[in-house]
Amino acid sequence: MTIENIIVIVLLSFMAVTAYLLIRIHNLFAVVMMSSIYSLLAAVLYVVMDAVDVAFTEAVVGAGISTVLMLGTLALTSRRDKERKELNPIPILIVFMTGILLVYGTLDMPPFGDPTAPIHHHVGRYYIDNSGEQVGPPNIVTSVLASYRGYDTLGEVTVIFTAAVGVMALIGRSRKRKKNKSRIN
Amino acid sequence: MLSKTSILRVVSKLLIPPIMLFALYVQFHGDFGPGGGFQAGVIFASAFILYALIFGVDNARKVAPAWLTRLMLASGLLLFAIVGVISMVLGGDYLDYSMLSKDTLAGQHLGVNIVEFGVGTTVAGAMITIFLIFDGRLREEKED
Repeated sequence: MTIENIIVIVLLSFMAVTAYLLIRIHNLFAVVMMSSIYSLLAAVLYVVMDAVDVAFTEAVVGAGISTVLMLGTLALTSRRDKERKELNPIPILIVFMTGILLVYGTLDMPPFGDPTAPIHHHVGRYYIDNSGEQVGPPNIVTSVLASYRGYDTLGEVTVIFTAAVGVMALIGRSRKRKKNKSRIN
Repeated sequence: MLSKTSILRVVSKLLIPPIMLFALYVQFHGDFGPGGGFQAGVIFASAFILYALIFGVDNARKVAPAWLTRLMLASGLLLFAIVGVISMVLGGDYLDYSMLSKDTLAGQHLGVNIVEFGVGTTVAGAMITIFLIFDGRLREEKED
């Protein structure tokens, strides 16, 4: 067994423990911290798999900003979750079925890092061969995101813009209400 | 908020400038190393949020008032879209940066950098705006 495999197994078992604790813990503050740790472990796993750009995003967004925003949400709501109801068998059944289906799906996938996998021979091959002449940046991820798939990235930025506008519309301070308040006062 | 803890104050004062510098590095070095506009925007916003957590949101609002973060939010996306329109006006497809300069690679380089800057601006603006709105809501509920 190579060292890389051992690292991956250790990380995955850490993630499994974190996920189990996430379900069991009722203190929501601890749950937020656990989900942050889960994201950080996922980021390390991506580094081991040589996907540094994805790891970077996961660490910054999953472990960083979303934790802060979740804590903000906790400050607005409550720190403990609701009392547990009786165990309902239907959701558990659905979750197990989905899990079995997903594991069944992975059986058809080529092994990790297999150079003959279809994903390395379609458009990915084209990007690796032509990115240097057509776009230029040494980091092919950047040239795919910003140039080849620029339209997709524009859509992603629009999604972030819409999310912020949505938060503004939902819980932002409204001018109308301020005016009403000052009138009452 | 936490301003009474002097260790937090000193450490965050030391950390905030390097975090912002690192955000700029990630922003403008994204075509050579890992990173890009998205990550840079979030890192920049996190430096700002750290400042707000330690030194109080009121001070943070003085640095970045609501109109500024909202302007960032909208202008980054607009910049991205306008680059696409310009490349169309110059005779290419939408978001075909090769048209921005006589040399294909120079045009692509310019286009990628401008677009990444737009992404970073919008993401930083969005994160700071959402954080400040959460705080504003919290304050509003305390008043009621």
